[in-house]
Amino acid sequence: MADFLTPYIGHTGAVFATMLAGILCVVVVLLLCMAYLTYYERKVLAAAMLRKGPNVTGPFGLLQPMADGLKLFLKETIVPTGANPVLFLLAPVLTFGLALVAWSVIPFGPGLVISNINVGVLYLFAISSLGVYGIIIAGWASNSRYAFLGAMRSAAQMVSYEVSIGFVIVTVLLCSGSLNLSKVVEAQSHLWFCIPLFPMMVVFFVSGLAETNRAPFDLVESESELVAGYFVEYSAMAFALFYLGEYMNMILVSGMTTVLFLGGWLAPFGLTFLPGPIWFGLKIFVVLFGFLWARATLPRFRYDQLMRLGWKIFLPFSILYMVAVAGFLVATGTLPNGG
Amino acid sequence: MAETKTRTVNFGVAGLAAGEQPLIAAENKPYLVNVGPQHPGTHGVLRLVLEMEGEVVERADPHIGLLHRGTEKLIEYKTYIQALPYFDRLDYVSPMAQEHAFALAVEKLMGIVPPRRGQFIRVLFAEISRIANHLLNVTAFAMDVGALTPILWGFEEREKLLEFYERVSGARFHANYFRPGGVHRDLPPGLIEEIYGFCDQFPAWLDNFEALITENRIFKQRTVNIGPVTAEQAVDWGFTGPMLRASGVPWDLRKSQPYDVYAEMDFDVPVGTNGDCWERFLVRVEEMRQSLKIIRQALDNLPPGPVMVDNRKVAPPPRAEMKQSMEALIHHFKLFTEGYHVPAGETYTAVEAPKGEFAVYLVSDGSNKPYRCKIRAPGFTCIQAIDAIGRGYMLADVVAIIGSMDVVFGEIDR
Repeated sequence: MADFLTPYIGHTGAVFATMLAGILCVVVVLLLCMAYLTYYERKVLAAAMLRKGPNVTGPFGLLQPMADGLKLFLKETIVPTGANPVLFLLAPVLTFGLALVAWSVIPFGPGLVISNINVGVLYLFAISSLGVYGIIIAGWASNSRYAFLGAMRSAAQMVSYEVSIGFVIVTVLLCSGSLNLSKVVEAQSHLWFCIPLFPMMVVFFVSGLAETNRAPFDLVESESELVAGYFVEYSAMAFALFYLGEYMNMILVSGMTTVLFLGGWLAPFGLTFLPGPIWFGLKIFVVLFGFLWARATLPRFRYDQLMRLGWKIFLPFSILYMVAVAGFLVATGTLPNGG
Repeated sequence: MAETKTRTVNFGVAGLAAGEQPLIAAENKPYLVNVGPQHPGTHGVLRLVLEMEGEVVERADPHIGLLHRGTEKLIEYKTYIQALPYFDRLDYVSPMAQEHAFALAVEKLMGIVPPRRGQFIRVLFAEISRIANHLLNVTAFAMDVGALTPILWGFEEREKLLEFYERVSGARFHANYFRPGGVHRDLPPGLIEEIYGFCDQFPAWLDNFEALITENRIFKQRTVNIGPVTAEQAVDWGFTGPMLRASGVPWDLRKSQPYDVYAEMDFDVPVGTNGDCWERFLVRVEEMRQSLKIIRQALDNLPPGPVMVDNRKVAPPPRAEMKQSMEALIHHFKLFTEGYHVPAGETYTAVEAPKGEFAVYLVSDGSNKPYRCKIRAPGFTCIQAIDAIGRGYMLADVVAIIGSMDVVFGEIDR
């Protein structure tokens, strides 16, 4: 595409236009996926609860996400009197923005990545750590006690689980020998990391639940305690951005699980008749079911129990496993890149 | 209100010797959180003012009265028949259990005994109410600790029970079915088979529900040893019902002073040991199984015969008779306008409602209206202990404790 455009708008312009087109594609697809993730979630929850779920708007209720989006778009954004308006409105934008930016390094297929940088994993890690700011700012700027409690919980929660996620990722890096996510996927062409590193995948998935504030770790927005937690004061589009951000993060964590453990775009059992991006999407779909299943089944942890699980179980376990994996790789001389 | 707690906080000013006063001192006021009256965790219109230290609740101050409708005073201006529907509206989760207490109280003052079939039907529906009540409570409790699914399963079963209500009385909630002297009407045809059908299918539902939640590790972490109440404390606070039995006191009015035909029923009273949230939950689940047992016995042994006393001064005449007999018409007219005169006297009559000892203290001056009708609501004694039980626990625990108390504000605020 860049070569085709060069005669008209020059090389720089062509590269720029190509990137813009790529970004636009990813964003549109992601927003659609996110909208239908809400539909997916409502249908899965409905099935677990012996209900029907959305089935009125459009065939099989398929237009429900659109109707919800439109409703939120048309409503009035209310800024509470005691709130700090700038920060109050900045927080959802930040959350949503960060959820989108993270996707720039996720490879959808061989070569299909917006930015194929060599520090992809670190980049993802940095972005997901920033995510907590949106929540803390929202909780503080709302000037509401529930929101503030939610924000405090969130800060503690995200910090705790980020640490074990870090060690899980280091373990994967030891096996793949690269921080580039495309290389991480390619390193799994013989054996997906979910087989040797299965316990780590479980730790990563559960930490992902905590990182995205999903059940059973949804105590940031726990309905029966904090009503809605940090976004209790939000309405209309500001609320919608938080909502979008949360679901986008769910897809992102599922995507990371897929890239790090489930072989990304690689087809299982040599079933290559489907293109890579489709396999990638299918795997995300399956991992997402885990998120929804957990929400339908499990009660919620308490604040201190969540901390205990993070610091006393996951952290020591992931460190031990990392050391064991490193030791095994060194002892057998199979450390990638010549170690 | 307790006096404001003050504490001097050193903001880390450098160069301070031990014991030296910091340059900046702040008053550390407790973090007040106003939970309710509009809050999903308070089961209605409880307003709970929490003084928090971080996540820990240092003081819980319940404010009641937001659903006060002056029921007791209103009843003083109604005839005995007109007063009965007010009891449906007290604990609206288990309406017939309340009617039972008032019907028994009036019967005691008037010295009438309902026919046996009427008594069996009352026991049958009192137990249906118990299951309906516990179904809502245990599943809502599960939702309070974060499990979203059980409450929808529970509503499906509860709906079947409310249909039984509708079949006998025409209303799903405000039944007005138990009357002084028996019950309003006999069971409609086919209802007995339907209730048998429910009895066959419900144990499987209970097993399914318990498989999902009872031994769930997160659920146990959230409820075991949360808000334990010793037997002595429970008695001191005046707890009754599952709140008391979970603490190990085997006190059940259906056993200790049986009314209607409870003396003929064979059932066990489940008792806990520790009195924590988990055991209250278990006691309620087991009570549902026992209620099912009572329902079966009531259906098996249901005698034929009238369901209402054959006394035209208390019970209305049948429709057909009113078309023929002038006397019957006059009886009907007098009964639903003036009502009946209850002999002067007083009674404290209690029943084992699903939530505990629900009682009516009824004073009659010989007229057609109660002189005084004091209602003892089991939830009231529970909610007064929220500070004593919940202090020192986390916010999430206080929500679980309220859920395990099974409070309904219709009866607490009256």
